[in-house]
Parts: sequence; structure tokens; C-alpha cells
Amino acid sequence: MTDRRTTIKWMLGAAASMPLLNYRAWTQEVTAWPAVRGYGGDPDLTKLYHPGDVWPLTLSAAQWRTAKALCNVILPDDGRSPSADSVGVVDFIDEWVSAPYPHQLQDRPVVLEGLAWMDAEALLRFEKYFAELDESQQHAICDDICYEPNAKSKFARAAAFFARYRDLTVGAFYSTPAAWKDIGYIGNVPLTKFEGPPAELLQKLGLGPNDK
Amino acid sequence: MSIPSRAVGKNYDVIVVGSGAAGGQTAYTLSMEGVKVLMLEAGRKYVPEQETPMFQTPDQAPLRGASTPEKAFGFYDATVEGGWSVPGEPYVQSTSDPHGRFAWWRSRMLGGRTNHWGRISLRNGPYDFKPHTRDGLGFDWPISYADMEPYYDKVERLIGVYGTSEGLENTPNSAPGCLLPPPAPLVSDYLVQQRARRLGIPIVAGHRAVLTQQLDFKRSPALLHPGNLKAQKIIAAHMQQRAACIWATDCGRGCSIRANYQSTTVHLPPAVATGNLDIVCDAMVSQVVLGRNGLAKGVKYVDKISGAEHQASARVVVLAASACETARILLNSKSTLFPNGLANSSGKVGRYIMDTVGSSLSGQIPLLESLPPQNEDGASGHAFYAPWWGYQDQKNGKLGFARGYHIEFGGGRRMPGAGTLHGLERFTGGSYGTKLKEDARRYYGSFVGFDGRGEMIPNENSYCEIDPQMKDKWGIPVLRFHWKWSEHETRQAAHMQKTFADIVQAMGGRVMGKVVSDGAEAIAPGGFIIHEVGGAIMGADRRTSVTNEWCQTWDVKNLFLTDGAVFASNADKNPTLTIMALAWRSADHIADRMRRKEL
Repeated sequence: MTDRRTTIKWMLGAAASMPLLNYRAWTQEVTAWPAVRGYGGDPDLTKLYHPGDVWPLTLSAAQWRTAKALCNVILPDDGRSPSADSVGVVDFIDEWVSAPYPHQLQDRPVVLEGLAWMDAEALLRFEKYFAELDESQQHAICDDICYEPNAKSKFARAAAFFARYRDLTVGAFYSTPAAWKDIGYIGNVPLTKFEGPPAELLQKLGLGPNDK
Repeated sequence: MSIPSRAVGKNYDVIVVGSGAAGGQTAYTLSMEGVKVLMLEAGRKYVPEQETPMFQTPDQAPLRGASTPEKAFGFYDATVEGGWSVPGEPYVQSTSDPHGRFAWWRSRMLGGRTNHWGRISLRNGPYDFKPHTRDGLGFDWPISYADMEPYYDKVERLIGVYGTSEGLENTPNSAPGCLLPPPAPLVSDYLVQQRARRLGIPIVAGHRAVLTQQLDFKRSPALLHPGNLKAQKIIAAHMQQRAACIWATDCGRGCSIRANYQSTTVHLPPAVATGNLDIVCDAMVSQVVLGRNGLAKGVKYVDKISGAEHQASARVVVLAASACETARILLNSKSTLFPNGLANSSGKVGRYIMDTVGSSLSGQIPLLESLPPQNEDGASGHAFYAPWWGYQDQKNGKLGFARGYHIEFGGGRRMPGAGTLHGLERFTGGSYGTKLKEDARRYYGSFVGFDGRGEMIPNENSYCEIDPQMKDKWGIPVLRFHWKWSEHETRQAAHMQKTFADIVQAMGGRVMGKVVSDGAEAIAPGGFIIHEVGGAIMGADRRTSVTNEWCQTWDVKNLFLTDGAVFASNADKNPTLTIMALAWRSADHIADRMRRKEL
């Protein structure tokens, strides 16, 4: 199956995510998240779910504010598609870090401590919370942590957080119909015929049914 | 389809345990032939027409539909109460060594795993039934491709499989009129085809159980059920009720319009319509009951709703509970006559569990960047595949592993989900902001993933047995697994990695992640491909096999095993189509012997 790859990655995920877990100094500060129930093995698949419907959300107002600011720095409104928070990405982040599953429990300390770091760094540099900074100030911090291979060693953990947070934001944003329009996903509609790519496109790429 | 009440009637000819590909086909064939059948399913009733999330989008699901242990293939996957772990129904590993573990996928629902499977429907070829004769490894089946061919034709006609006949080595053609036309390929499919062919790898139409057009309800019924007018009428009506594919929504969600094969939409409705099939769900079979005459009398099962234990009786018992569950039921059916488990005089019950060799690699392909948006949902993947091309190299001892694999691959603008565009920084240098949005437009749809699916040779170290201590929540002793790949499998997995990297390179692309050259690391763990077969293999010799060529146990003549348990080898071809063809053949035999009063 096409998505088996994804599933295997999830099953093998423990190994792959180890670098993200290498946060002992940070995780010690995180209070243990009480076990709550997931949706079980037989949820209603045709129902419309909102974050908070199945398990309680846990971000504080301060965390929410920072999470929203960072989401919107990562994916701002650019005139072609809306900002991340306007399609529910912050609600998704809250749902994700509050979820009772192994992957999400691994991400929780990474995200919470990362958000705390963003504020601490903003206060240190500009004496304001991250959400209160202007765009150039926000970028000054993000530029230092946006690419792990280039981050200075003192920013290594923050850069690992940023990489994870960007992935969560990107996945949550581009899995919404609003962002599909921008990215060019135009499926999920019933068709009477499926004809494949237009001949002109195949010709341009030097491909086609008669290619041997 | 109406499921009769959970009360079991009387005077059944045959009990069928399980309702998936094997149980569904067995019950279909028998009930169409006028045999009275009771089907017992361990999971709940499931109604695809009402329960399938056809057009739901990820933002309507918890966690954007991401995989969790409770929904391992994502929230919208059709599986109910299933996965590699089922609450209250544990199994045991014999070792903590990760390479010695077997992960057992189950789903507890009517139709079993057919509701979510990939629908890839490949025939075994002539070599695949006689592997020992060809290379001295593993076991031959007591049947040949010629014995199976008419049943492959029938199953394809009944369930609807798209594909083409290409006349390639050990990759059989179908009889004219059996296959539906394949779906149009995507741009990425054409690119893989062009570049892989330059490496000598054949790329041809895939075979999947998806209706690319309506079934031939005028001609097929008479070919499926010659001389049986009632059966012809029923199946003609059901073929007309099944819609053709609407080129949207992932088949793994199931299909409410019955456009792909799942037992619940294809086998069970016409079988119920005969009036000859009763289905009882939430009925967890624990053992086969043996009579004093040495014949199976029926089965014991737990009603999962009330917790009460019941017994059902019939002239014939068919186990089709999935390979390992079937072995488990046999091993748990102990008696003075069979102290080591029923039908186990050979000691082979539970032995020779096989999965499929799996390994994956993906690439980012600059040629596919920034293409004009098109709807690429198609038939949800696998317009093309690569059948194994190395038979001659293997014959000449060139490859270092004995058996082949095929390649499944896919790219294109698939529905984005929670994991879409993760890890993009390796191409973008860590972009964020408006630049990230530009990068997302550029890279979305430019990835192609490759999955190898290869043959595992049965070995003495891969088996299941009953754990001496642990029981499940119903009080039924559970399985303990032992697992070991041989070098034939690990070398094959390393070969897959190299081949996929070569194809990505030939496409002008960049490999995502690392090409793993150590086969033991490249291979997916046992059970991950969910193609487990064996555990009660068929053979020509009762001392070394559990059943004969009719799936009939050597020891108990009215006990049949029609699922993957009887596979004597596990070719690279996905097992489901062969399970159905074997089950049909076995059910024909059962019906025939019953008519002759021999059963």
C-alpha cells in the first residue's frame, strides 16, 4: 500500500526521532502529562472532529500566544493562501502535544520547551515576548535556528525544535482544503473519467505511452 | 446486505471461521452451490456503505488523520479494532532481539483485512508453485499453475481486477476478458517507466482489484457459475449494483460504492442473497471440537458481547481465520487423539510462517517540480509496477539470493496529510515564511517512493507456537512467535535499495535519506508487510505437510484450511488473489464431495 511506508516510518519512528529526544535538560522541567484516552480502535470515521473533542487541550494562554506567532512566522499570509493560524494550525499543535500517543508524547516536551525557549530568547535579545516582536526581530531569532546543519552549537537544541515545529506546522497547514488550492492539489472530487496527464505536458517532458 | 441475528440456527453443512478473502470466497462458492453455511467472525459487523469516510479531509480528523497505535494506517483507514496490537488479545515474542520478532497484524471486523488492503492482485506464476524443483530451496506445492489458472480467471472475473497480460516470464497472462482496463498513469509513472526501462527493468500495468469500469454482468455470470441459473442471477444483480471507480478517495478507507474488492461488498452480499449463508459476528472461535469418530464436529466460540461460550456444529469445518489465527485454533484444539494440536500429526502446524520481504526508498525528482496542477488521485496508486526481471540472472547464480521481488511505486499530487512536505529543509536550506510557501509549491508532487515486495523462503526458525502461560481476555491461549530472515531475504533487501537508488538517479533525482547497504537493516521487520502465510502448509506427503492439495487436513478429512496458512511458499506476488483462487478451488471440492456424500 502506498501509505505503508509512512506506517513503517511510524513504527520505526522511535529510532528516527532519537535526536529530538535528546533533550534531557529540558524534559526534566516538563511536568508529567497525565494519561488520557485516545479515540480507541473503533472511532466513528464519518464524524467531524475538532481539536479537544477526544482529549482535552493543554496549552496555556501564554504558550498559545507564542505558538500562534511562530506558526505565522513559518507560514504567513502571502496573498495566495492564508496564515497558518487562520486554518487552525495552532489548534492542531495544541491537540498534537496534548494527545496520549507515543509520537505525540515524544513531541510534547520538545514543543513546550521550544516555545519557552523562543520567549526566553526574545526577552534576552529584545526584552519582549516572541509574539510581541516585530517581524525583523522575529526573523533575527529564527534565522539562527531555521537550519540545523548551519546552527551554532549553542542553538542546536533550539534548531532541532524549530525543525520539528516547522514540520508540524507545514503538515497541519497543507492538509487543509484552503492550502490545497495554493499548493495545487485539486483531487478529492468524483470524476466520471480519469484521463491522466494532458498530451502536451507529456510531450514537453519527453514522456508518453509510446515511450519504450 | 442483512446480517441475520446472532442466534445460530441448526443443520449447517459447513462452518466457515473468518470472513475475509478466504472466508468470503469459501462462503460465496459454497452458498452459491446450495450448501448451508454458518460464518463466524471474531470482529464486529461492519457496513461499508454507511461507515466509509469517502470524502472526509484530514482537517476533519483528530491529528489531521496521522497514524497512531490505534489507527496504524491513519485515522481514515478502514480497519476496526486492529493493528499490530489488539487490546486484550496479546501475543508473545520469543526474544527481545528486534531481528527475531514478528509483528502480527489483525483486524476485528466483518470482512477482516480485506476492508483496508492495497488491492494489489497478482497471480503466482508456474515457478512459484514449484520453487524447490527449480532451485532446491523451500517446498513445492502439490499443485501447479495449470491447476490454479482457471480459478485465477474466475476470481478476477468475479471481484474485478485491472491490468494487462504482458507475457513476461513467470508473470502469467489472464484469459481474454478477465482483466479490466488499467487506469491512466501519472506523469511520475511515465517517468519511472522511461528511466527504469533504460536499466532493463520492465514497467507494466499494475493489477489491482478496482473497477475501472462496470463488471461484465451479461457474460461473466454464466462463466462463473455454469449451469447454475440461480447463482448467475444473483451475481449478475450484484455486479450491476457495484459502481465503477469515481477516481477519488483512497482505497484503504474502504469503498461505499463497492468499486473495489472487499469481502463485505463483493463476496458476502451475494452469498447472503442465496439464503444459504448465516453470519454471526463477535464470535471468537477458540477451538475445533473433535468427535469420537475422529471427525470434526464443530467449533467452540466465545460470544464477545455476552462472554458466554457456545458450540456450533456442522458436517464440515473450514478455518479461514488468517494464517496465524488458523494455526492458533488448531494448536489450541487438543484431544487425546491429537495431544499436540488438531491435524498436527506431522508436527508442522505453526511452522514455516512467511512474510514478504519489504524495503523502501524515495527520491526527489527535479523534473517533476513546479508542474501544472492536475488531479492525480486516479485509482489511488499503482497504475504501473515492475514485475521481477532477474529470473535468468538468478538461474545463472549471479545475484546471491534465490528469489525475486517486484517493485511498487508511486508519486504525484496525492492528497496532502499530516506528514506532507516534512523534512523539506534538506532541499531548502531551512526556509520559512513566504519563501517556504514558494518552496512548498515547487516541491509538492516531486517525490516518488519505491517499495520492494519480495519472496521469503520458508525456514525452520520462523514459526509460532502456543505460549505456555499467557491467555487473551477470552481465556484463549495466545501465540508465541519466532522469527529469522535468511541471507536470501536480507541480500534481496539490499538489492532493492541499490535498485531504487539507481532508478532515482536515472530519473535525475536525489535519494531521500540513506541507501542502506546492510540487508539486515534494510529489510522491514517480520510481519510489517502483512503478507504472512504458512503455518499449516499443503504438500504431497502427510508426514511433512498439514493439508493435501484441496486444503483438506491429512488427519481429519472434514476439516479444511482455506486461508494463507496452507501456502507452501510465499512468492513476491501479494497473496490475496492466490488465497481467493485456492479457497474457490477448495470450496468446489467440498461441494462436490458433499454431493457425492463423501463428506
